[in-house]
Amino acid sequence: MDNLITGKIYVLGNNIDTDQIIPAEHLVYSTSDPEEAKKYGHFALSSVPPEEAGLPHGNLPFIHGDNYQSEYSIIIGGSNFGCGSSREHAPFALQVAGVKVVVAESYARIFYRNSVDGGFLVPMESAERLCDILQTGESVTIDITNGTITRHYDNRVFTLKNLGSVFAIVQSGGLFQYARQNQLL
Amino acid sequence: MGMTITEKIFAHASRTHKVIPGQSVWLNVDILMTHDVCGPPTIAIWEKEFGGDAKIWDKNKVVIFPDHYIFTANPHANRNVELLRQFAAKHELPNYYDVGTERYKGVCHLALAEEGFNVPGTVLFGTDSHTCTSGAFGMFATGVGNTDAAFILGTGKIWEKVPESMRFIFNGDMPEYLTAKDLILRILGDITTDGATYRAMEFSGSAINQMNMLERMTLTNMAIEAGGMNGIIAVDDITREYLSSVGVSGYQEFTSDSDAEYFATYTYNANELVPVVAKPHSPDNLAAVRDVEGTKLTKCYIGSCTGGKLSDFHYAAKILYGRKTAVTTFIVPASTTVARQLKTEKYKDASLYDIFTEAGAYIAESSCAACLGGPADTTGRSIDGDTVISTTNRNFPGRMGSKQSSVYLASPLTVAASAVTGVITDPRDLLQ
Repeated sequence: MDNLITGKIYVLGNNIDTDQIIPAEHLVYSTSDPEEAKKYGHFALSSVPPEEAGLPHGNLPFIHGDNYQSEYSIIIGGSNFGCGSSREHAPFALQVAGVKVVVAESYARIFYRNSVDGGFLVPMESAERLCDILQTGESVTIDITNGTITRHYDNRVFTLKNLGSVFAIVQSGGLFQYARQNQLL
Repeated sequence: MGMTITEKIFAHASRTHKVIPGQSVWLNVDILMTHDVCGPPTIAIWEKEFGGDAKIWDKNKVVIFPDHYIFTANPHANRNVELLRQFAAKHELPNYYDVGTERYKGVCHLALAEEGFNVPGTVLFGTDSHTCTSGAFGMFATGVGNTDAAFILGTGKIWEKVPESMRFIFNGDMPEYLTAKDLILRILGDITTDGATYRAMEFSGSAINQMNMLERMTLTNMAIEAGGMNGIIAVDDITREYLSSVGVSGYQEFTSDSDAEYFATYTYNANELVPVVAKPHSPDNLAAVRDVEGTKLTKCYIGSCTGGKLSDFHYAAKILYGRKTAVTTFIVPASTTVARQLKTEKYKDASLYDIFTEAGAYIAESSCAACLGGPADTTGRSIDGDTVISTTNRNFPGRMGSKQSSVYLASPLTVAASAVTGVITDPRDLLQ
């Protein structure tokens, strides 16, 4: 796990459900064939209503044209990020698109578990509602261990909550790695 | 201090006497369920992590129902069913229910009940968020992703955080115009889509005690819509009778202690509740049917694990008997058992099947179908700017297909009444 993550942010609102993250019709593609799996990146966040895509202004596509990777590697969300279905394809799609960290006010349980146990991305919780403060396109650096997100242009630092009991799994890179390191497998 | 029913099952399944909410424990899993959307990636992770000659922890405890994308020409979707078929054959899985055979069941959550996999006191994990449905049988059941499922497939164990419990008590009696769907939509309106995140939702009270198992499953099914880890209802005579009819016996019944601690308790009187809908685009966007009546519709849909059970079709038949639908209406029995029952079960002098056919409804084959949109050729999928009223569980943007469509969630009574008039209609206006 890289402790410091730097990148451009993509800002979303509340209740970003798994159908918005990766619409169900695309769940037919292989996740293990690297070439076919690029489809997941291409369709990531494709069902977010345009006016809510890339806040505060909206109408900013997460993926351009035929690409499968996004220029944004950090997502900022509101409450209940990842609600809805159990599809692990959701954090997987974000990972394929190049997302390293999501910072949200709160998460739905299964998305959170999938992100951590599958080692796809790091789901951090913010102490304050950052989706109303930060703007899409701003550059930030996240310090996972110390729980901070720093906005580059004014060096303003916001606090992130401690990962708590799942930190060990995040640090290992996922459930299987954690289980092996701890002689559970 | 006592324990809730969920805490007792956690203690039992982690081989201890006492657990405390917030504590992480390793649970011994009784059943792992998967389907055609999440099964293939789960298998791929399992093979990668455990190697080519990996052994399944217990073949009898793995249950696979292809159910999501079944009646489609989509080659990728069909490839996923073929992957399940090969996996089941290679490992000689006894509990695989293949498409195109007599064993094909349809939607997994109802099939689990019908096939006797729901056993009180046990722990069931599934690669589907609506796995919480099985909690109607006094058991712990919840959804997980592919990595967790692959871990269970190899070890029979998984970590889980002991949830706090929330209690929902429905006193009084269910009026004839009200169904379990109205109750759970009301709860969602009150606590919102993250009101129960990481928590257990325990349902009780006289109105629940009067419900059959299928209606109880509508309540526990939508616990996930409030973010709940699980929904749960204690075993009673109605549960025991259902279980005996599917050959389940010798189970352990857990009940909440009178001094168990709850995060919150909500108390309702069923007699005072009214038919409701969830307006677009969230299951917690609550409104009384009376407040949205007259909204023009282009499609009506009765189906899914939430609203495609026999009980849902009995409700719909009450309204549709002797009437015609004014708008395209889809009847999608959740399981093949329900599809057969439509022809044998009657309302007054007519079979449910005949009532729906004569009303002009389209009866589709059993699967998840358009509840989650699915491939482009999925029956009932929303197109363009459709306005749909549906007995399903989610109305997120694009959930039933078209991103431009709007979906109202409602009870089978409300959907049937709206099908007759072509606009959102309170079932009290049409119940004889």
